[in-house]
Amino acid sequence: MLKLSLNRVGDLFAKIAEAQALYLPVEKAGQVDYDKWTADAKVSMDHLNTAKSAKDLFFPQVERMVDFKMEGKNIEIKPHALSDEKFVLFGVRACDMKSMEVLDKVFLAEPVDSFYAARRMNGTVVTMACSEPEESCFCNVFGVDAAEPAGDVVTWKVDGELYWKALTEKGEALTEQIKALMEDGDEAKVEESKAAVREIMGKLPLANLNLAPFQPEKLNEMFNSPKWAKLSEACLGCGTCTFVCPTCQCYDIRDYDTGHGIQRFRCWDSCMYSDFTMMAHGTNRPDQMQRFRQRFMHKLIYFPSNNDGMYSCVGCGRCVSKCPISMNIAKVIKALGEDKDE
Amino acid sequence: MQRVAEMMLERAKALLADGTVNRVVGWEMGEFFYDLTPAVFTADGLDKFVYNGFSGANLSKYMIKECAKDGKALVFLKPCDTYSFNQLINEHRVDREKVYIIGVECRGMIDIRKIRDMGIKGVTAIREEGEELIIDTIYGEKKCARKDALLEKCLCCKGQEFVVYDELLTTGEAFTVGGNNRFAKVAELEAMTPGERFAFWRNELSKCIRCNACRNVCPACSCLQCVFDNPKSGIASKANADDFEENMFHIIRAFHVAGRCTDCGECSRVCPQGIPLHLLNRKFIKDVNEFYGEFQAGADNTTKYPLTNFTKEDVEPSIVTNRGGEN
Amino acid sequence: MNNIEMQIPMLGVVTDIRRDTPDIKTFRVNTITGEGKCFEHKPGQCAMLSIPGVGEAMFSITSSPTETRFQEFSIKKCGCLTDWLHQMEVGQQVTIRGPYGNGFPVDTVLKGENLLFIAGGVGLAPLHSVINYVLDNRADYGRVDIVYGARSADDLLDLKEIQERWMHEENVNVHLTIDRPQEGWDGKVAFVPAFVEELGFDPDCKVLVCGPPIMIKFVLQSLTKLGFEKTQIFTTMELRMKCGIGKCGRCNIGDKYVCKDGPVFRFDKLNELPNEY
Repeated sequence: MLKLSLNRVGDLFAKIAEAQALYLPVEKAGQVDYDKWTADAKVSMDHLNTAKSAKDLFFPQVERMVDFKMEGKNIEIKPHALSDEKFVLFGVRACDMKSMEVLDKVFLAEPVDSFYAARRMNGTVVTMACSEPEESCFCNVFGVDAAEPAGDVVTWKVDGELYWKALTEKGEALTEQIKALMEDGDEAKVEESKAAVREIMGKLPLANLNLAPFQPEKLNEMFNSPKWAKLSEACLGCGTCTFVCPTCQCYDIRDYDTGHGIQRFRCWDSCMYSDFTMMAHGTNRPDQMQRFRQRFMHKLIYFPSNNDGMYSCVGCGRCVSKCPISMNIAKVIKALGEDKDE
Repeated sequence: MQRVAEMMLERAKALLADGTVNRVVGWEMGEFFYDLTPAVFTADGLDKFVYNGFSGANLSKYMIKECAKDGKALVFLKPCDTYSFNQLINEHRVDREKVYIIGVECRGMIDIRKIRDMGIKGVTAIREEGEELIIDTIYGEKKCARKDALLEKCLCCKGQEFVVYDELLTTGEAFTVGGNNRFAKVAELEAMTPGERFAFWRNELSKCIRCNACRNVCPACSCLQCVFDNPKSGIASKANADDFEENMFHIIRAFHVAGRCTDCGECSRVCPQGIPLHLLNRKFIKDVNEFYGEFQAGADNTTKYPLTNFTKEDVEPSIVTNRGGEN
Repeated sequence: MNNIEMQIPMLGVVTDIRRDTPDIKTFRVNTITGEGKCFEHKPGQCAMLSIPGVGEAMFSITSSPTETRFQEFSIKKCGCLTDWLHQMEVGQQVTIRGPYGNGFPVDTVLKGENLLFIAGGVGLAPLHSVINYVLDNRADYGRVDIVYGARSADDLLDLKEIQERWMHEENVNVHLTIDRPQEGWDGKVAFVPAFVEELGFDPDCKVLVCGPPIMIKFVLQSLTKLGFEKTQIFTTMELRMKCGIGKCGRCNIGDKYVCKDGPVFRFDKLNELPNEY
């Protein structure tokens, strides 16, 4: 294990950025999101969850796929090049790292999504263990250890030092680049900090959410629960939960007429939107209740059913803090998980 | 506030019992102390009814949906919420006969995000002691001035007047909320050079993720199908294709609600990216006031809207060029 | 195979357009050279057709895989893209990608079986591909019954082919019906489900159904009365799709993605899905 004084992280970032692009949590107009590092960027080392998740780096909100040129009856197709930007993504929390496992299940399953795969291949992820979890955190419920994230490199912030440990070949390669700035670190201090964080995680208000009732064989029972009507009653049908969610990956494919040609792009979409399943002759989910239900059924039943029990929620708590009407997956898990007699 | 909440619950029970209403629209207790959800209650669900410093959500817009149902609904409206409701009456979006309105005293609502932005993490409870908030967190007790944690809309409170109601629940105690000049920031933006102003708005609007929370929560955005959702409109879009769209979505929306926006502040309250969208609306309000005389949307049911009504005193169109100046 | 090939279309050219009914046209698509097929497919599989800037949508491939010269699509005019397709002329280039979906299990569970096809309106389009495939591999299948109904005689799809080919094939019975009496029509007048019941098929066959949801619902009831099991009956679904490869999430019903796990489902499997299709 290596370490570096937190006072010198600026040097670390500069060194990383010499060889490839560096994305990390940056404050802009009062909001912290992943952004490209520059010497004068306001890097936020303390912020727990960025407003948007890290999925943006691999599955951007908008991605151009192909361009078309229309001339009379003829069409010209010009596929858009895949991203070839080599980059390091720094400061990813354990929950967001777990979300990449979820996204991999979707995008790297056959047939592989080349757009996503290219970004995954070109990206090296440096995670950061949590030191001060929020009351809205519940990653432990999904088997995530906030004190020990996965990633190519994992880092810990302890007593003014940044501890650094490579976990993969990509991580080793990055470590080679920055080794000169580092000195050897004492593992014991990190262990101490891990234990403290795990203790906090266990005591958080949502630490004991019960996922046991959410089993694939309960699909129809859960789907037909009368509780959905009440849960979805105040839903605005906006896409906030979907867009801030690190695992939501539904997308739309759209054409944009530039006046000189057509750009076909894909963009994040939300099953909460009324037009999500709209076809020329109607939609199979006309009510907000059905759309609301789809989102949570997908995360808690459908996705695990297709992916060896892996839930499509990582407990990051973004929907808990961002939903305009404060309806979120924690409330849904509690309401649906209750005994039916209650 | 606690006393008002108790009175509200009592009145809700009474009005349900005597059949005046068959349901109650209010705020429901959440997992934490701050995550209240708007909800429709019947008698047996009222144990989860709550009214406290986190009942910031304006319930007026829900009444559009409620008015399509059978029977009369009770809704609790804070003073500023009544302006939104009145505006919805003016726009024929709600049926006044199907709603029983109880106006409830409000001393300003707290913004949990402002508390988090102070660097306070892991909040578990909040107590109000006079003008101070005592905040329990996993990491120990913290304090802040109540005023510093108020929602933006409350800092520029419209006052304690209710513009539409059937009955009122107030304590009669004297207090003041807010007091900030709501046009101060607008004036500051107006004083900037066009370049500075553009930079300010790019910085803010580039954060937009087009989740549509601002639009969907807005009581003035009550179109059955929004032009941005209509595939036949030619401008339907789910993501901002470029900077231009990023800016224009919000500017077009501000134009669309101009003269109808009551400045209820819900757009900024719900924005997950903390974009001060209310500033766009306030710019329009300020201009309307300057061009056509003081006007508050939703204040009454008789005043004609300045933007859809012609008088000889109206400002000349040439004002646009004059104000545009050299830039 | 990766996403570049699956989500980025290739060019095709429309080499023939036939008007089948007042609101259905059949479009023949060849590779950009004007000859050959853009790709091979199985009966019941779909393709994404698009006019860039207008839209992209999933359509059943109407022609049989045994047709080596071209692919055809029978398309009903009912929205932005289909309106555009209906007004285009021969020689128009389109973008095409596919094939998508599982198709009917013609080489496995359906092989060697007696087959009963039941179609309503434009629902014949996906079955058309299977029927011709079966007729072109006649020895591999048993008796074939085809029940086909439409609102009126004018709305019957592929009538010429039905009369000139299907009706003359050995061991193939075609039963046509229309919803309301019409001058010049001396055939059957009945709704498809009632007609199926009246014809009284033996449950010694596999059934392939496609048509409007309401027709499918009542056909299923009729078949149940006749003693058919849900495991004998197959249908094909239509939902909004974008990617075609089970990633964009649009056609997700329960733990299935219609574009990838369907569009063909056996009825008992369909019944296990949550009821929102």
